[in-house]
Amino acid sequence: MTADLIARRSVEVAARASRSRLLAFLAARTRDLAAAEDALADAFHAALETWPRSGVPDKPEAWLLTVARHRLIDAARHARVQTDAAADLLVIAAEAQELTSLGTAFPDERLKLMFICAHPAIDIAARTPLMLQTVLGLDLARIASAFLVQPAAMGQRLSRAKRKIRDAGIGFEIPEARELLPRLDAVLETVYAAYGSGWDDVAGSDNLHKGLAAEAVELGRLLLALLPAKPEVQGLLALMQHCEARRDARRAADGAYVPLSEQDVTRWSWPQIEAAEKLLHTAQRSGQVGRFQLEAAIQSAHARRAVAGTTDWACVATLYDGLVKLAPTTGAQIARAAAIGEAQGAVAGWAALAALPAETIHSYQPYWALAAHLLKRLQRAPEARVAYERALGLCADPAMREFLVRQAAEL
Amino acid sequence: MQYVIMSFETPECFAVRNDPDAKKRDAFWSDVGHYIKAIKESGVFIGGAGLQPPETATTVRYRNEQRLVQDGPYADIKEQLGGFFIIDVPDLDAALEWAARFPRQPGRVIEVRPILPEPGG
Repeated sequence: MTADLIARRSVEVAARASRSRLLAFLAARTRDLAAAEDALADAFHAALETWPRSGVPDKPEAWLLTVARHRLIDAARHARVQTDAAADLLVIAAEAQELTSLGTAFPDERLKLMFICAHPAIDIAARTPLMLQTVLGLDLARIASAFLVQPAAMGQRLSRAKRKIRDAGIGFEIPEARELLPRLDAVLETVYAAYGSGWDDVAGSDNLHKGLAAEAVELGRLLLALLPAKPEVQGLLALMQHCEARRDARRAADGAYVPLSEQDVTRWSWPQIEAAEKLLHTAQRSGQVGRFQLEAAIQSAHARRAVAGTTDWACVATLYDGLVKLAPTTGAQIARAAAIGEAQGAVAGWAALAALPAETIHSYQPYWALAAHLLKRLQRAPEARVAYERALGLCADPAMREFLVRQAAEL
Repeated sequence: MQYVIMSFETPECFAVRNDPDAKKRDAFWSDVGHYIKAIKESGVFIGGAGLQPPETATTVRYRNEQRLVQDGPYADIKEQLGGFFIIDVPDLDAALEWAARFPRQPGRVIEVRPILPEPGG
């Protein structure tokens, strides 16, 4: 390998391993996410130019941090900021110097970064993308595609959020104990949104976020590492692990969609299920019930089919009753109706579904898919046909589309 | 806001409309039919139409004040306009959602563009 290639690899490794930690460190001190990102990008760029000539430094992170803070100081001078900002920057310089000379790793402040990204003052539509960009370093094109948004518009949304953080002076701090829980909810919601809420049996079609599932799990793990004793953090990761355990079983060999109740349990990943169960049990011992623990418990009840042979739908329906009380989302209400349909019969399931307000469901695909399924079971074929057609017309996932075509053909 | 959702299609894409394989042909037409129905019943539909294939097109252009009527579409490119929908939705994100629901087909590209508001409107 040439020196150039070695250096290039080293920059890549450093970027992957410590980009978000360096960013959190710099942003927490400047309170300016965009400026910290620019400075860090410059530092990586400088590394690409310098390291092939001078060799990879002993402490690549310290080297990058030093360059980035120089850039920040230059930028501040350029903008002729007030002396107090310059003083802040000198503090960073001193702190970075001290950290590197002591040889200790600089503190991991990514949790602060996550709390900032999910701050209530930030546009809710920007929170997940902001977290994916700053904490995981995903590029704009990928984020925009996953959320079905024009890349330029996503770029503006993110810039606006970063300006808001700077101009509103949102503090890079982990909230006090009293405020921590409500703020943590927003962080968890954000990770959950990244994972996608379409993993329910009936919903199954929401593939918009599927490509981000692995990243969301990574965020969940990071969150657990930073806040190991919070039951809802454990619950969220358990939920995602249960769903991930079934990833392969959701598609047949030919790519066809397989609903949860028909999945081959031998294709489920046992290490993932066991890890999820362990986390969920730890969470439940805390005695603090929460939305994500309930969602994980629902997935745990489904996982038990592998041992029991059948699904305890009454148990699933009861858990959904609890979930819609804590988090009455349209998705949860539809999944609850599906569980009631299995536990108590199609009449009861249809009654629960029909109670949903018309304006929330008229272009919500999972509603029409479940309506079609229940009406078919009720032998109301003409209405079922209309519902299947509507579900098909609203469907963006080819595998789900084929599944619905097969179901409709049985009418 | 009003947007137009345009479907640009390759010759292979156009050919599926009359595919000799009845299964393929029917699947194509029912996919499109369901989409049209859903878009209409969701209350966002303003108008739209499927278009006959590009070989049926005729172009009128002017060169040195002289009118030229020519056979064929205006540009000789691989993907040609196959149909369009005009929808009224709150924003571009909602329009993109409808674009994503348009039945997928190899060689089909969907373009979404805002409609120019009427002058003085």
